[in-house]
Amino acid sequence: MKHSKHRTQGADQHPPEGENPSSGNDSARGADPVSRRRFFAKAGAAGTALALGATSTALAAKAMEDEAFQDSWNQYFQDHYQRMTKEEVTEALARLKRIAKRNFEVDLEVANDPPIENVLFGYALNISKCKGYRKCVYACVEENNITRKPHIHYIRVLEMNNGSMDLEESDHYYDPDSVPRKGKFYLPVQCHHCENPPCVRACPTKATWKEPDGIVVIDYNWCIGCHYCVVACPYWARHFNWEKPNLPEEEIVKKTHYLGNRPRMRGVMEKCTFCIQRTRKGKLPACHEACPTGARVFGNLLDPNSEISRILRDKTVFRLKEDLNTDPKFWFYTD
Amino acid sequence: MILTLIGVFSYALQMKLGILHTTGLSEEVAWGIYIANFAFLIGIAAAAVMLVVPAYIFSHQEIKQVVMVGEAMAVAACIMAVMFILASLGRPDRLWHILPMIGRLNVPRSMLAWDVVVINSYLLINIIMLFYILYRNYQGKEPHYRLYFVGVVIAICLAISIHTVTAFLFSSNVSRPYWHSAILGPRFLASAFTSGPALIILTLQIIAAFTAYPVKSRVIETLAVIMTITLQVNMFLLGAEMYTEFYSQTKHASSIQYLFFGLHGYSALVPWIWTSIVLNVISVIILSLHPLRRNRRLLNTACIMAITGIWMEKGMGLVIPGFIPTPLGDIVEYIPTHYEIGVSMGIWGLGAIIFTLIVKVVISIQLGELKA
Repeated sequence: MKHSKHRTQGADQHPPEGENPSSGNDSARGADPVSRRRFFAKAGAAGTALALGATSTALAAKAMEDEAFQDSWNQYFQDHYQRMTKEEVTEALARLKRIAKRNFEVDLEVANDPPIENVLFGYALNISKCKGYRKCVYACVEENNITRKPHIHYIRVLEMNNGSMDLEESDHYYDPDSVPRKGKFYLPVQCHHCENPPCVRACPTKATWKEPDGIVVIDYNWCIGCHYCVVACPYWARHFNWEKPNLPEEEIVKKTHYLGNRPRMRGVMEKCTFCIQRTRKGKLPACHEACPTGARVFGNLLDPNSEISRILRDKTVFRLKEDLNTDPKFWFYTD
Repeated sequence: MILTLIGVFSYALQMKLGILHTTGLSEEVAWGIYIANFAFLIGIAAAAVMLVVPAYIFSHQEIKQVVMVGEAMAVAACIMAVMFILASLGRPDRLWHILPMIGRLNVPRSMLAWDVVVINSYLLINIIMLFYILYRNYQGKEPHYRLYFVGVVIAICLAISIHTVTAFLFSSNVSRPYWHSAILGPRFLASAFTSGPALIILTLQIIAAFTAYPVKSRVIETLAVIMTITLQVNMFLLGAEMYTEFYSQTKHASSIQYLFFGLHGYSALVPWIWTSIVLNVISVIILSLHPLRRNRRLLNTACIMAITGIWMEKGMGLVIPGFIPTPLGDIVEYIPTHYEIGVSMGIWGLGAIIFTLIVKVVISIQLGELKA
């Protein structure tokens, strides 16, 4: 299967040098697109409501014609992704591009690649190779246009004590002069894309669901931010935008997907999507490419000749919290 | 009425801010004092049913007169509970997404979606009953028994539903062993049927002191007995939960360990929960001994203690430890910020205003001051 065989095909993306997730760039212009547009929406509505005289009516009319206002208005009433017609999706994608142009002054590509037939994505991670460099963590932040400050990490590398799998004893914030440390091993955890995902069951608005290729996605425009999926997830994989995402303009990755790395807004959930914008185009996830030790294997579980299928067949593998019966598609193995 | 003033004042605080990044919440602890208050208020919403059941199932004449107060409290508590949910939402502006037909309500799979359904139905049925009885009384007639009885039965079913569904909202999460317990539903019911009547007992006395509204002491006594039994059951269930967790001492007991004794040096909630236990124990002792319970002053003390104790136990004591440690074993503690406390006070104040207004109308209609 192509994903696992051509490991170097996406080599144009190098792992970042600096380990500091915050670039220190001020992005006042990268302000939350929604709140600004909401201002327009409010101004427009207020103007209409008052309708005190010709001036305000004219202002309201002008606001109605304003593209930014129209975009925010239409986006607010946008239907659920799975219920939109083809035309509505095209419209929504064009709208996202216009909004990105206005807010970040970048020409965003917002793709809508459907799942590839006969593909079920799976991930395997060799914990005897992982040395805890956290290159995957930062590559993920860059690729997925994740807020830098406050920061969100989709991948969390746990520093574990040798001889135990006790997560409570793990160190999430290890910061020694050099890794790996003696007597420790490293366990990277991200969304496990469960076959039976508790987060999908929990969501009161169906804003999150499992795609046919196994990727659990979120419609960021449908999420109401109730946190119930955070509560339900046993892998702590879902992350909330407590504040407006802070994204340096010049670092925005322009190739995006509607269900993937397009810039998000305040007050909604986000999570690892197995880099849907890359993997549905036959590329590898950013964390895979960034890994300097080759600990990661990504591929199609339905293809018996893929590397991941071979690993599941021939190696001793384990999954975290298998007793919960969520059937994760993320395996750990050792040499 | 003094409450109202406090309410207006603190509501101004809420107007000032209410944005999520002003909270003490974090990626680790996603729910805090808002959901804690929500869980507690769902209990208070049982108040209506606690008066309705003896009044209409057992035709308890004296209680019939004060049923309306319970209805008013249920309405106010439901509205407050919904407001606390709104306060904790990231995108309250997108609330239309949960409307049936227009939005996409995830029924039957999501417990939160079910909670939306049952709480709103309970609110609706209580508003309807309240207005129906008031309207009939306003006309100087008794409500139709049959219509009434149907409403009462529905309200009872829904009252049990709001507690069980809210408990299931927590207990359905395999990721949070602290909540993942079958006993949570019964515990919710027991504590709700304690705090609801306790608040009613206090409220009725305040109403009796300030208005000419007739409040018979037999009503208070009946409520006190109900509350005594439910608080005893509540304490027993808590004990059963603690026994199961602490005897086996698995890793799944980490959260309860954190709550009662602290974990890896973190112990923010330890004094909190022990205060709650002490309050509940003293309260249950007062209530269980007949001479003490019949002393009105001691009864009131017990009520205040029980309400506070349950608010602490079923609020912060229930919600927060579920997040500590996280499913990946990380420990981050939570302390509400003054914004969160301000917003909470604002909602409580508004609830008090709603309650006071309804009760004022109820009293003037039932005393015959307001007639058709």
